[in-house]
Amino acid sequence: MAMSQTNLASVQSAPSVAAAEPDVAVSARQISKTYGEVEALRSLSLEFPRGQLTSLLGPSGCGKTTLLKIVAGLLEPDSGEILVNGKAVTGPGPDRAFVFQDFALLPWASVIRNVAFGLELRGVAKSEREDVARKYIGNVGLAGFENAYPHELSGGMRQRVGLARALSVDADVLLMDEPFSAVDEQTRRKFQEDLLSLVQNENKTFIFVTHSIEEAVYVSDQIAILLPRPSRVLEVIRPSGFRDSGAVNIRRDPEYLDIVDKIWASLRSYVE
Amino acid sequence: MISRSLVLKLLSAVLVFGAWEIAGRVPVSYAFPTFLESMTALVAMTLDGTLFAAYAETLQPLVIGVLISAFLGIGIGVWIGLSTKFEWLFSPIFIVMQAAPLAALIPLLVMAYGIGLTSKVFVVCIMAMPVIVLNTAGAVRNTPASIKEMARSFLAKDSDVILKIIIPAASPVIFSGLRLGVSAGFIGAILSELKITPTGVGDIITYSRSIADYPSMYAAIFSIILLAVLFLNVLEKLEHIFFGGNHRGYVSD
Repeated sequence: MAMSQTNLASVQSAPSVAAAEPDVAVSARQISKTYGEVEALRSLSLEFPRGQLTSLLGPSGCGKTTLLKIVAGLLEPDSGEILVNGKAVTGPGPDRAFVFQDFALLPWASVIRNVAFGLELRGVAKSEREDVARKYIGNVGLAGFENAYPHELSGGMRQRVGLARALSVDADVLLMDEPFSAVDEQTRRKFQEDLLSLVQNENKTFIFVTHSIEEAVYVSDQIAILLPRPSRVLEVIRPSGFRDSGAVNIRRDPEYLDIVDKIWASLRSYVE
Repeated sequence: MISRSLVLKLLSAVLVFGAWEIAGRVPVSYAFPTFLESMTALVAMTLDGTLFAAYAETLQPLVIGVLISAFLGIGIGVWIGLSTKFEWLFSPIFIVMQAAPLAALIPLLVMAYGIGLTSKVFVVCIMAMPVIVLNTAGAVRNTPASIKEMARSFLAKDSDVILKIIIPAASPVIFSGLRLGVSAGFIGAILSELKITPTGVGDIITYSRSIADYPSMYAAIFSIILLAVLFLNVLEKLEHIFFGGNHRGYVSD
């Protein structure tokens, strides 16, 4: 039976694993965060295997974006620590790049300057960073739009610019905050297929926040289901059977459908 | 073919000047000259050099005051926008400055700084600076949080965030503050020449009125308006050159 292939181990109170363990790129340890009265995260621990895509899935208000921003170093946890390649995170670093839900492009800058902006901030020379930017603009399928401005592009193309910007700084870890939620359904499907090949071809670790169950199951090597109030990891699911069956066949795979159903069954009582 | 906007501009000029000419011919008042009389006086003053001599005087407090207001105003405005503490300290001063009846304050300035250039520069600054400071501060405070966060996540230093994110994002509102501030500065310069000591263009206005040479008086007023309009156009061109991309709209459109 398909279900037996999934690993349902709960990591809610998992003992922390040694930092030196080779296949873990990012680990969150006992992370707590409160905003005033609201407890966003309570002593949450989770590990992100290297070279794989882990999605954080849960109803709104479960703290998944908060966790992602803590990993990015944009927010500080009240307690606990994040280790990236064994080193504790104290702020944003060159080993992580962020893809934003609202794209966060500079409206006054051309596509090529936007893509090269991460390198510009690192002091890379103009000609060099534009060469790198041009390469990634081509990779995300925007060749020919180098000198266009963001408002001339569709939502999907804008997010491709955001993705190219994150890729061009060549970070080990790519943090994606609901990157496809602001694009239309068909563009989103194309993005999801592209993301699968991106995970396969780039040797990077992806952390992907989403509220779409289908999207999470479709793109992930590992799905962490987060529950709100207090935030905790309900379970970690590792789909295994359909990963190699090809982008177009995944949605027909019985294991895919079973996992989607199972996740909905465990989440439905938490959705208002 | 002439562009539509140019045609409209010319048409509106013809309408305004035509109305002026008719009002002068009616006449609405014996102290109100026609447009053509005023233009004749303007040409005469330009040819005999009085106008240039007058502007050499008037432009001194105007240029110094506008420059001080622009640099200091944008600087203080950025600072107020970045720091809440600084806002508490300085923002009330500029709000009071903006609301104060300037003409009533001029005698105080004269007592403190005399009747020379300093007082006139002060008047220009009091007129021009508040709107520049308050506009800049508001624009800086309203920089979209997500692009600041983006810059930080890509390792921007604080100086990068200010120079590459906040200033460009705030530039349209800063420039509109500058435009308002500069026009207020023109008013301040003339006001100081009417209220402190009659020099430059203010002298032409006061003197022509006292001898009932109304065409010259209106010619002087007209010339200062013309100069202000020209200056504002130059400012707009500058904005285009420095922050052209901002005219290309916002991503959130």
